[in-house]
Amino acid sequence: MNEQNMISNLRQSNGKYAIESRHLNVFYGSFKAIEDVNLLIERQKITAIIGPSGCGKSTMLRSFNRMNELVPTAYAEGEVIFQGVNIYEEDIDPVEVRRRIGMVFQKPNPFPKSIYENVAWGARMNGYKGNMDELVEQSLKNAALWEEVYDKLDQSGLSLSGGQQQRLCIARAIAVRPDIILMDEPASALDPIATLKIEELMRDLSEKYTIIVVTHNMQQAARVSDFTAFFSMTPDRTGVLVEYGATNQIFTNPRDQRTEDYITGRFG
Amino acid sequence: MSTIHPRETLDRQINQLFDEVLVMGSMVEEAVIESVESLKRRDIEAARKIYYGDQQINEKRYEIENKCLTTIATQQPMATDLRIMAAILEIITELERIGDYAKGIARINMLMSDEPLVKPLIDIPRMAELGLDMLKRALDAFVNQDAEAARLIPQEDDIVDGLYNQVYLELLTYMMADPGTIDRSNYLIWVAHNLERMSDRVTNICERIVFVATGEILELDISDDEMSDKFHEKITE
Repeated sequence: MNEQNMISNLRQSNGKYAIESRHLNVFYGSFKAIEDVNLLIERQKITAIIGPSGCGKSTMLRSFNRMNELVPTAYAEGEVIFQGVNIYEEDIDPVEVRRRIGMVFQKPNPFPKSIYENVAWGARMNGYKGNMDELVEQSLKNAALWEEVYDKLDQSGLSLSGGQQQRLCIARAIAVRPDIILMDEPASALDPIATLKIEELMRDLSEKYTIIVVTHNMQQAARVSDFTAFFSMTPDRTGVLVEYGATNQIFTNPRDQRTEDYITGRFG
Repeated sequence: MSTIHPRETLDRQINQLFDEVLVMGSMVEEAVIESVESLKRRDIEAARKIYYGDQQINEKRYEIENKCLTTIATQQPMATDLRIMAAILEIITELERIGDYAKGIARINMLMSDEPLVKPLIDIPRMAELGLDMLKRALDAFVNQDAEAARLIPQEDDIVDGLYNQVYLELLTYMMADPGTIDRSNYLIWVAHNLERMSDRVTNICERIVFVATGEILELDISDDEMSDKFHEKITE
């Protein structure tokens, strides 16, 4: 199936939603990390997941591309529907899921290779047969990094500043043409200017991609996202989705007292 | 699970802002009382003081506005806290306008120079008293976050409107009976109009208090247009 057909299938299968969790529970051994989460993520929008430490935000994010499975005792119940199928079905290849649903982590983690190779590597692994130079250039341009690195593509990715490294990781993520980009605290290790650049980049990227971002920084969630999901914990520390809505509503007039208490700093 | 988060600074700043709003409210209240009292006494010197004293009310408004902006910039208030900030910015504008009405009444007093009042002031001080009572309770409702009280206060605006219509009609009869009183009657109509507008401003303040509680802007006035339509029907009968 070529990419255009895939995209058109996607639009038909999930309508305006890019991905959806249904009655999702995630466990680490006997510990239930998140419980019964039903979340509909709108296509080509930025959805922020916020909540106190330990409420299961990152677990929720990682469940969208089966990244939790890299933790030996972790398993999921319920469904995550992507392109009309449950990505947790036995016959689904998690590597393919992660290609379609990419991830950017808190600390920039470029490979100890050249800037060019950092971008080209994933695409090459996925059997990309097109013009690699063009793909690298386009990905770096889309990650707003091209102007800063076009004349030193053979230098190590590690020679870049923290903010540039993070944009390099974003370029690497988009080089494999994902549908969704998951971002786990993508700017928490960066200074304010580099943070704002990442936020602006997220805005630009949301024209093509669906972005789900976990952040501890509520102002960042308020600035950058279209929708916000607030997670909290039950007394036995299981994460639950408390409130989900348009970002402007969540931050100006939350419906649930627990959301109000959290975003006004009364607990958390 | 629910550890109390330190937000002392934000709470302290919000409480200080509430205090400041109350201080500004008393400055405005005093200006309105004095403007009407000095008109009653035809005390031009007192009127002049109110007229120039309005500057202090304006300065207070900018001072509170600056503090609000500082709190927004440094504390990044959200949800109810954010709505309180938005409400304060709105309420101090309304208070400043009420201060302008007092200034307007003082100016009328100054314009009247040594002319006597066309009639003794009875309904006009009553309008001021009612409007100020509404204002005082509205500001109390604001600092106590009492949306229920705020919903009820605007209903009293009808009484103030009724008094205004009464003053208007009465002065109209003076003017018709003796065109020589037109100037002096008009002065008092302006005074009454300023006081009528004052209680409209209190209604706006009450709308903001409900907004803080519910996040929704609710029109609380019982349609001024309807009122004035009825009034015009009445005076053109």
